This record gives sequence, C-alpha cells and structure tokens, in this order.
Amino acid sequence: MNIASLAPLAVVLPILGAALTFLLIRHSRAQRAVSIGLLSLTLALECLLLASAWNSGTAAVTIGGWLPPWGIVMVVDQFSSLMLVVSSAVSLAVLVYATGQGMADGDEDAPVSIFHPTYLILVAGVSNAFLSGDLFNLYVGFEILLTASYVLMTLGGTGPRIRAGVTYVVVSVVSSVLFLIAIAMVYGATGTVNMADLALKLGDLDQGTRTLLHVMLLVAFGIKAAVFPLSFWLPDSYPTAPAPVTAVFAGLLTKVGVYAMVRTETLLFPGDTLNTPLMVVALLTMVVGILGALAQSDIKRLLSFTLVSHIGYMVFGLAMSSVAGLAAAVFYVAHHITIQTSLFLVTGLIERRGGSSSVDRLGGLAKLSPLLALLFFIPGMNLAGIPPFSGFLGKVGLLQAGIELGTPLAYALVIGGVVTSLLTLLAIARVWNRAFWRKPEDAEHPDPVLLAGPSGRAAGPGAKINTVTLLPRTMVGSTLGLVVLGVALTVFAGPLFGLSDQAARDMLDRAPYIQSVLGSDTAVPATVTGGGR
Amino acid sequence: MSVNLTLLIVMGALYACGIYLILERSLTRVLLGLMLLANATNLLILSTGGYAGLAPFFTKDTPAADYNDPLPQALILTSIVISFAVTAFMLGIIYRTWVLARQDDIQDDVEDLRVAETPSFDAEDDAEIPAETSEFPLTTVTAGGREMPAELAAAEEQPGSLNLESGPEGGTK
Repeated sequence: MNIASLAPLAVVLPILGAALTFLLIRHSRAQRAVSIGLLSLTLALECLLLASAWNSGTAAVTIGGWLPPWGIVMVVDQFSSLMLVVSSAVSLAVLVYATGQGMADGDEDAPVSIFHPTYLILVAGVSNAFLSGDLFNLYVGFEILLTASYVLMTLGGTGPRIRAGVTYVVVSVVSSVLFLIAIAMVYGATGTVNMADLALKLGDLDQGTRTLLHVMLLVAFGIKAAVFPLSFWLPDSYPTAPAPVTAVFAGLLTKVGVYAMVRTETLLFPGDTLNTPLMVVALLTMVVGILGALAQSDIKRLLSFTLVSHIGYMVFGLAMSSVAGLAAAVFYVAHHITIQTSLFLVTGLIERRGGSSSVDRLGGLAKLSPLLALLFFIPGMNLAGIPPFSGFLGKVGLLQAGIELGTPLAYALVIGGVVTSLLTLLAIARVWNRAFWRKPEDAEHPDPVLLAGPSGRAAGPGAKINTVTLLPRTMVGSTLGLVVLGVALTVFAGPLFGLSDQAARDMLDRAPYIQSVLGSDTAVPATVTGGGR
Repeated sequence: MSVNLTLLIVMGALYACGIYLILERSLTRVLLGLMLLANATNLLILSTGGYAGLAPFFTKDTPAADYNDPLPQALILTSIVISFAVTAFMLGIIYRTWVLARQDDIQDDVEDLRVAETPSFDAEDDAEIPAETSEFPLTTVTAGGREMPAELAAAEEQPGSLNLESGPEGGTK
C-alpha cells in the first residue's frame, strides 16, 4: 500500500479527536490525553507523508473513488507535506503549552473545555487546506479553520476579545466571500474547480479573463495572508486572544494564505504579468509592517506587526518565480512558522512572569528568570536574521535570488529586505533592553507581579492557596521544544534547503503535480516563465 | 451559456445593498450586509451553471447536454451551510456586545488610540544627551561674568546664584 494514500487521515484524525474531546467535555484529563495523543499520531503520519513525498515524489489521493476532474483530490507533494509537518509540530507544542496553562491556572472547566475540540478542528482545517488539490475544497478548508478560529479568538467572551473578534470575523467573512466569487468566476470560465485541471484550462482563456481571475484570487488570499494594504486587521485582532491562541494563529493562519498564494502563482497562473505588482506589495508589506512594530510598546502587538512585515519576505520570494526565490520562500515559511509561534509563546510566559506584556511595565526579567531571557533571545535573534540562525539563511537565500534576478525592482527589494531585517533587530532589541536588561525599578509603571519577587513557595504550605505557578514546567517545556525546533531548522538547514529547492523545482515545472492528479500521460504545456520577469 | 437577466439584476442589487450595509457601524447592519453578500454570491454560483436543464437523474435516452449542471448547486449547498454557521456565530457575538457594552456599534481599539496619542518624544530614547559626557571635562563655561571649569560651575550652582544648565548628575536645582 502506498503511504501517500493515508493523506486524508491528516484531516480525519484531528476531526475524530474533536468529536471525542467534545464527548469528553466534562473529563478534562481524558480530553487532554485524547487531543495530545491524536495530534502526535497525526504528526507521525505526516512525517511519513513527508518521507514518501521526498523519496517517491508527488502523489494524489482521490477521495471516495471519484476520478480527478470531477471528484475531490488531495495532493501530497514536497511543499504541502513540509507545511503539514511544520504546522502539526507547532500546533502540538502549542497544545501542550495551552494544557499546561490550563492546569496551572486550575480552570479545569468551562469555557476552556471547548478549547480542545475547537483547536483540533482548526488543525484539521489547516491540514485540509494544505492537502487540497481542488479549489472549492481549499475554500472549505479555509472555512473550517476560520470558523474554529472565530471561536478561539473570542474564547471567554471578554470585552476586548469580542471587540477584536468582530473585526476579525467581518474581515474574514468578506475575504471568504471574495474567494467564493473568484471560485464561481473560475468555474464559469473553465467549468472545473480541480486545480490540476484548471492549470491546463486556464491557459486557454484570453489574457483579460485570466488577469481578472488571478487578481480576485490573490486579493482573497492576500487578506488571509495579511499582505500590506490588506493587513490592517491583523495587529488589531491577534494580540487580544489568549497567548497560545495568538501563537498558533500567528504561526499557521497567515501561512495558509501564503501557501494558497504560492499555489495560485505557480500552478494556476504561472508566468503571468502580476509579478511586478506583487514585488511592490512585498516591499510595502516589509517596510510598513516593521515601521508599525517600532511604534508599539506592547510585545504582542509588536510581534503582530513583525508578523505582517515578514510575510513580505515570503511574497518577495514568490514574486521572483525563479527556483532560487521560490525555494528560499518555502524555507522561509517553514522557518517563520516556528519562530513566530515560539516568540508568541514566550510572550505568554513573559506576561505570566512579569504580569504584563507591555514593555513600559516590565524590567529586569533577565535577572529574575535567565531561562526566560534565553527563550526570548534565541528566537528573537533568529527572527531578526542574525547569523548563523535559520532566519539569516532564509534571508540570504532570498537576497541571493533577488540579486540573481537583477532588475531594479529586485534590487530595491533586496535593500528593503536588509533594512527590514535591521529594523526588526531594533524592535527586538528595544524589547530586550526594556523588559530584560533594565532594573525593574526603572520601569515607568512596574507591574506589581514583577516587584513581588518569587511566589511564596518558601512561605510554607499555607501560602500556596493564592499563588499561581508563575512558570509552569509544561509551558516552559513546550516553548523550549519549539525554540529547539527553530535551532534544529538552522542545524539541518542544508537538507531542508535541498527539500525546498526540490519542492520549488517541482512547483515551477508543474508536470509532477498535474500528472499525479490527471494521469501520467497528460501533456503539460510548457510554462512561459521568462526567467521570472 | 445563456444568461438569466433577472438573476443578474437581483444579484447586483444584493451586492450593492450588502456592500452599503457592511460599511455601517452598527453590528446588526453589518451582519445583514454579510448575509446579503453571501446570498448574492450563491446566485452568482448558480448562474455559472448555465440555463436550467433537466434534473440530473441519469436516464439512458437523454443526451448529456440536456441535464442541469449539478456541481454549482452542490457548491451553493456547502456555502449556505457555512454562511449559516457564521451568521449564528455573529449573532452570538452581537448579543455578547450588547450584554457587555449595551451598544450595537463597532468600538474603537483602545490600544490603537493610545499608541496614536503617544507623543513622538520618548523619555528613554530621545532625551537630550548632555554635551559633556566625559568624567574629566575640559570645557569652561562663562558664569557670572567669569570663566571657570564646568564642574566647578556646577558645584557652585546654588539657589539664587545664576542658574547654569543642570549637568548630567550634578547641578542641584
């Protein structure tokens, strides 16, 4: 039996887990065991999928035995399986972190009991979107993960979360409607929604129709990926959610949008004329995003702005549509999912230890908790792209590809990328200087938790009633796991870049994808990529 | 593919009203706007299926072109279910907003306003660095009509004496 035919399990297992945890809603311990167990199983399965995609190339699974142009297919290629593995690893770490937080706070019951089923549905939606070889199924994947994210975003229903939730829901629904309109138009123009089939048929349309469909899809995905003019909603809504939720949103949701953009650009509309606008947008995303980050004093908001800014790097790599650029973009996506999530998790820990996530109220954390400082420092430097970390390697890949391309716009992007990297370093260094290095007394409005000193463990058993564990072992452990994963991306950057390179080659070639879906005798028209111009 | 004009006009009207409504500040109107947009899109999908044909039950003698295209209807069904879920959730949120704030309007982001009002001057980053940062200043200042080394001038500064600029650490005011 072919391992790739197990691909639907990557969606089915989390959904099954969601059903089980929903049944076990009053038994939080069993709930935790089921969700962590099933997610680990999914991760193991996805590692197998990645291995199979690496060794034997792209494979397609038809769902329910309906043949490709009509039925739904799931496609496992290097890019989608790499995304699956990274996203599941990250979501597993966040799940462990969240259960640790729940256990430490002692809120064993509602509304957190709804967390597990919703979270697993979110994971299922993400997997579905990554695997889907069908435009409408991609839409369904998006809707699954978005609906789950609405619930997670407004968990607890406090005032700020509802306020942020409204913006988030309305923006997401509008982008979904745009996506659906695009699908309707695509279907009207070609009579199919299968992506491999579309790749063949879209080429026959006239240029105007193609451009219209292309722009519609890119705008819909651009809202989800938070690309500059469409990114206003993200820093507004993400920071209010609970720390683990923000972490998983930051890591996964925007990257699903980026993934969909990559597929649109490489599979559906290769060699089209939108690369120049995409490059301009990428430059603006990088620069405007990071300038926004410099104005913030709340770490969560600052990180949300860096998230927007670094989406620009991925769009940059994508817009070059050369093997080197796309490979670097794939690598960068994998790197950024891990790093951005670990930074948000660390911020959650900072908020617990220091009582606040605002740098005006923090200080002296490096002395209070050296481990926390280390956990922040490594991904922080990684995000800023300091050698030898993976952020540096990804950026070097992008810059090399940009210089290789050699157009004035590409040089502008290269310069923009370097400036953004430096400004990221500045933003991270400001957080570091204020929250970690200065004395707690120097903070403008130091938080009482910060000044209280270590909690009253030493004060005897009687004092334990009102103290919460400031840094529970599970939370620190899962964060540490993610940070180590981020470092591992650096250590194994060679093989990973090899994989990204292969993935980029296959995506630009299109033949492996189309032939795995429609049969190996399908003639694939040569793409007219003029060296990425 | 023939075009059904009624469908298109209704669709256009729904889109226009929907877009108008989601630009309002009242949440209930935004929700209504979203519902209209979703339904307009359903009509768009329906119109991509071409003219109304026979129901797609297979009979031997009917040529394939006479059947209605069933796929758009399957897509619409899915999208109706999804918009139903989203509408229910939005209603929940609107109710919660009402419970919490007694109002139906979209509220401004407090943190956004705070950041916007923050002066561009930052006490820690932008404070003026004193001209003399060395511990062994060589400069002389003119105070009370005579020249003297800066650190002596700072030490001499008293309430009532000619106020010099306060130094970085000395300079009692």
